[in-house]
Amino acid sequence: MEFGLWQVWEAGWVTAILRGASITILVGLVSMAAGLAIGIVCGLIKWARIFPLSLLVDAYTSLVRGVPELLIIYLLFFSSVEFVTKVVTAFGYAGVAESGYAFVIAVIAIGAISGAYSTEVVRGALGAIPEGHIEAARALGLSGGRIFLRIIAPQMLRIAVPGINNVWQTTIKDTALVSVVGLQELMRISFIGANSTRHPFIFYLIAAVVYLVITLVSQAGFDGVERLLRPRTRK
Amino acid sequence: MIDLIQLAVPVLLKGLWVTAALTFVSVLIGFNLGLGLALMRLSSNRFLSGFAKYYSNVFRGTPLLVQIFLFYYGLGQLSLIKDNAALWWVISDGARCAVLALALNTAAYTSEILRGGLMSVPVGLVEAAQACGMSRMLRFRRIEFPLAIRQALPAYGNELILVVKGTSLASTITVLEITGYAKRLMSQTFAIFEIFAIAGVLYLVINLLLIAVIRAIERFLMRHEASSGRKLVAPHPNRSTVVS
Repeated sequence: MEFGLWQVWEAGWVTAILRGASITILVGLVSMAAGLAIGIVCGLIKWARIFPLSLLVDAYTSLVRGVPELLIIYLLFFSSVEFVTKVVTAFGYAGVAESGYAFVIAVIAIGAISGAYSTEVVRGALGAIPEGHIEAARALGLSGGRIFLRIIAPQMLRIAVPGINNVWQTTIKDTALVSVVGLQELMRISFIGANSTRHPFIFYLIAAVVYLVITLVSQAGFDGVERLLRPRTRK
Repeated sequence: MIDLIQLAVPVLLKGLWVTAALTFVSVLIGFNLGLGLALMRLSSNRFLSGFAKYYSNVFRGTPLLVQIFLFYYGLGQLSLIKDNAALWWVISDGARCAVLALALNTAAYTSEILRGGLMSVPVGLVEAAQACGMSRMLRFRRIEFPLAIRQALPAYGNELILVVKGTSLASTITVLEITGYAKRLMSQTFAIFEIFAIAGVLYLVINLLLIAVIRAIERFLMRHEASSGRKLVAPHPNRSTVVS
């Protein structure tokens, strides 16, 4: 009883934690999708060395990967909070916007972070495609778009899967940081629960277990995808 | 603007030392723990290797923030910890608690990196050392460890930068380091971008310094290649990809 397991069960914290976990997964998935979109575009720019743009991408990736995630979240949150509350109250949606706003900030911040890491993964994968394949496709007279779709993209995806797995694991763990701006995801719910029941140990332990389950399940999923994409060698 | 710089820079520089100290102590503890865990993982004892494997999966599978909160807020609740003077000394202070969490966290990642390095050591070299009659300790010290660390160094450089960034989470448990001071300054002065820029530059400076140190160590470890051009081990494909 010292741990307060009973309080957690009785006061309905279990459903709150599950709701928080689903928000965590939702933020993770949306940010990862945004990050991958950023990563593919920026990765291509970096790989093809499109001159002025590649400088911008370089600055973006080294800034985001060198500065703590928490600082980026504070930047986005504090720089926009005043503006947004003004706009929102002017339209009379003060209450509604509160939760939606934190979600948007979370997705922008985490998306930008996972985008920077995805860029490096995509660039690495593109660099690993043998030059000869592209030259051969060109020799066959395939157009640029077809070369990308038929030759570059499939190989890039396969090579990038382990890297994308890593980025996804970091992304889902980074979502815990947005609890500082008040988004009611898993970490925030645990924080509230820990403070209101005065049983922090059990709440953070549950949070850790839920994160662990999420990462282990997605690890298994990625292992499956990797097996699926492995090139079949002719016997 | 000048006023703002005069106000913010000394404060953030004060934070810089805290960030550097947190990083240094965590890395010092974390590296040794990680080396121990890597050796445990590779040992033939199933209990030891199993423990190291689960340890690394648990610490790499949960967010650092959860670990920090669990240690800082959670452990203080247990009477086992409360009654032990030494443990309580560690847990009761934000900075010490942050170091504990960071060290245990980086140990998990370090163990994976070092394990990869140790596994890349060619078996023939170890056998040759055995044939020369080297003891296990001597073999590890002279042959396996130097070769493993050489292979693992680029990845370890990335991990060091993750530790630097991880120290920012100490600000959530009352430790005022760069991010903690930056947050305070942001809400006091409302000069969000300027504060972010100064704090960001400080982090980038730390990271660039770390990269320079890692590069120097790498050059030192690879000095045989520079002088003779012979290659003892195949170069690692990721050698040049330390985060910049």
